[in-house]
Amino acid sequence: MSADSLRIALVGNPNCGKTALFNLLTGGRQKVANYAGVTVERKEGRFVAPSGRVLQLLDLPGTYSFDAASPDEQITRDVCEGRYPGEAAPDLIVCVADATNLRLHLRFVLEVKRLGRPVVLALNMMDTARRRGIVIDVSELQRRLGVPVVETIAVRRGGAKALIERVDGEIPLAAPAQADDADSRNDLHAQVRALMAATVSMPRATDALDDALDRWALHPVFGLGILAVLMFLIFQAVFSWAQPMMDAIEAGVTALGGWATSALPPQSALHSLLNDGIFAGLGAVLVFLPQILILFLFILILEESGYLPRAAFLLDKLMFKAGLTGRAFIPLLSSFACAIPGIMATRSITDPRDRLTTILVAPLMTCSARLPVYTLLIAAFIPQRTVWGLFNLQGVVLFSLYVTGIVSALVVAFVIKRMRRDKSEHALLMELPSYRMPHVRDIALGLWERTKIFLKRVGGIILTLTVLLWFLSSFPGPPPGATGPAIDYSLAGRLGHALHYVFAPIGFNWQICIALVPGLAAREVAVSALGTVYAMSGSDDTVASQLGPLIADQWSLATALSLLAWYVFAPQCMSTLAVIRRETNSWRNVAITAGYLFGLAYLASLITYQIARALS
Amino acid sequence: MRLSDLPKGSPAVVDRVDDAHAGDPIAQRLRDLGFVDGEPVRVVARGPLGADPLLIQIGSTRFALRRSEAARVAVKAETA
Ligand SMILES: Nc1nc2c(ncn2[C@@H]2O[C@H](COP(=O)(O)OP(=O)(O)OP(=O)(O)O)[C@@H](O)[C@H]2O)c(=O)[nH]1
Ligand SMILES: [Mg+2]
Repeated sequence: MSADSLRIALVGNPNCGKTALFNLLTGGRQKVANYAGVTVERKEGRFVAPSGRVLQLLDLPGTYSFDAASPDEQITRDVCEGRYPGEAAPDLIVCVADATNLRLHLRFVLEVKRLGRPVVLALNMMDTARRRGIVIDVSELQRRLGVPVVETIAVRRGGAKALIERVDGEIPLAAPAQADDADSRNDLHAQVRALMAATVSMPRATDALDDALDRWALHPVFGLGILAVLMFLIFQAVFSWAQPMMDAIEAGVTALGGWATSALPPQSALHSLLNDGIFAGLGAVLVFLPQILILFLFILILEESGYLPRAAFLLDKLMFKAGLTGRAFIPLLSSFACAIPGIMATRSITDPRDRLTTILVAPLMTCSARLPVYTLLIAAFIPQRTVWGLFNLQGVVLFSLYVTGIVSALVVAFVIKRMRRDKSEHALLMELPSYRMPHVRDIALGLWERTKIFLKRVGGIILTLTVLLWFLSSFPGPPPGATGPAIDYSLAGRLGHALHYVFAPIGFNWQICIALVPGLAAREVAVSALGTVYAMSGSDDTVASQLGPLIADQWSLATALSLLAWYVFAPQCMSTLAVIRRETNSWRNVAITAGYLFGLAYLASLITYQIARALS
Repeated sequence: MRLSDLPKGSPAVVDRVDDAHAGDPIAQRLRDLGFVDGEPVRVVARGPLGADPLLIQIGSTRFALRRSEAARVAVKAETA
């Protein structure tokens, strides 16, 4: 670190645009979304000011007050007060405030000022403020506050110019530090009122468009209807829109596989590794990229639009009945993308026990890694039929799998609540943000980011495990004179046959048993593993594209349904367990999570299999 | 009157926030969020199930509050 690198912390109320500003200044790609509590960690970045000075920037979780209520708010307080382990207090605090919501945000500005450190106030969202006809007398505000005030637009290129110039200059003087207690905190409101009266004129307290939209979105009947239709649309789209892209990827993989292996002798080990391992295995997973992207297209649009907290509002009573706090909604919703950010997002939950409940049920939300497994099986076993004259049956089944996950989470949360005889109060206290139009560029970048993450997984853990599985399925080779497929004699084959004793009652064959083992690391691996196992045990020209028809041919419907049920519950993801360990600091919680989820998975598959078999 | 009993859309001002028990963190947070004497409030919407939670507008901010949280806030109906 250079000697004159200035350390700047971004603080402010939730959802005022700190992270957007951080990204704009540092060129970073931290998550920005339109609801409170997106950032739950301290993030560091740096940028070079026009003067050539290196400035170190800290992005912090948003907080309403230094009287911290939750773990994420504590981080912000500790950093600002210089109590964060291994870190001195920042040289300069940039307090970010939403210019359209100053009555709330100025109070925290005053609280920050009382820390007695140099402060610059950034009035963000000036674009929206101007559009709504809000006029702020900046020089008067600056004079009354006694701190420099600049205007910013964090979502526009060059929108932080004034801020950069200000922090590149001289560090402003700090106001004298003041003690912080409940009484003096309540005084701050009087000061805010005086400031507002003298410096801000608003034609209307809220945005007229927000009010109009909310009349529909929060309507007791239409609101729930809109939510249901929206959810349903997403799952329909995942199936109907993805097909052309999936076909293209499949054709590409098949062509590439044929070309790459054409020069190799068909019986050689290398041919088998490439064909059965890489192309059959990775290809099987790769074709699901379009579906994952369509899911994320909707998630990103919903996140930026400001609709998610509205959905939380509509469903809060239900969650409350199940013993979850309203704050659990956002973490659980993030878990639809992946349980890992979802579990991290529980840091915004105040009560440690509420937080633990949410962490325990988060893996039941259907994460995007399950999508390849689900859609492989659904496409293979569920006919593409229109039901009730409108819906694609495959989409309906996918939707019901998601619903099963959600309902199980509610039931498990309810049981946990009963077990601890919980009488404590769960606070909601959730702010509903203004609606915002998502920017095409941000959505495109978000999807690109997702694609990179997915390809990294395919090229990393999935590739590694597939190659490993290929070795285990190839060696030791069959004894001379053996008749069955070579894989039967290999290590993997033997393991599969041994596990088969445990899984036969729920209808899994030995090939599935093999695939479940590397699939413990990550869910999609099971698909690539099945691709490899079938390619190894079948004729040599089996490649990715044929996995679907192949299992449709060889498995019973009962087996397929049972495997779907297994994947609703089974914690086939090491990273989730690792993050539970990190966030709760306890192996016991990891054991409880893994134990109950495997138990439920086995039970659900057993019931599904036995019923499906009895019916058929 | 309690904020939880305020009819939808009718204007009122906050009187005070009462602690449900000594050192009630929820009450303190409500005060920090601007529920203080003299502040105008309004119930904008109610949840679909059991009219819970409530959407409260205070200043230019909308907060979703459960009924039990809103019951901590004493309000005076505005005669305007
Ligand atoms: N119109 C407009 N929108 C903005 C501006 N700055 C941020 N936003 C939007 O405001 C929302 C919140 O932005 P974030 O950067 O995630 O806010 P944050 O302060 O980091 O929020 P937390 O991490 O939850 O505390 C996003 O939807 C942004 O796109 C701005 O200057 N103008
Ligand atoms: Mg943030």
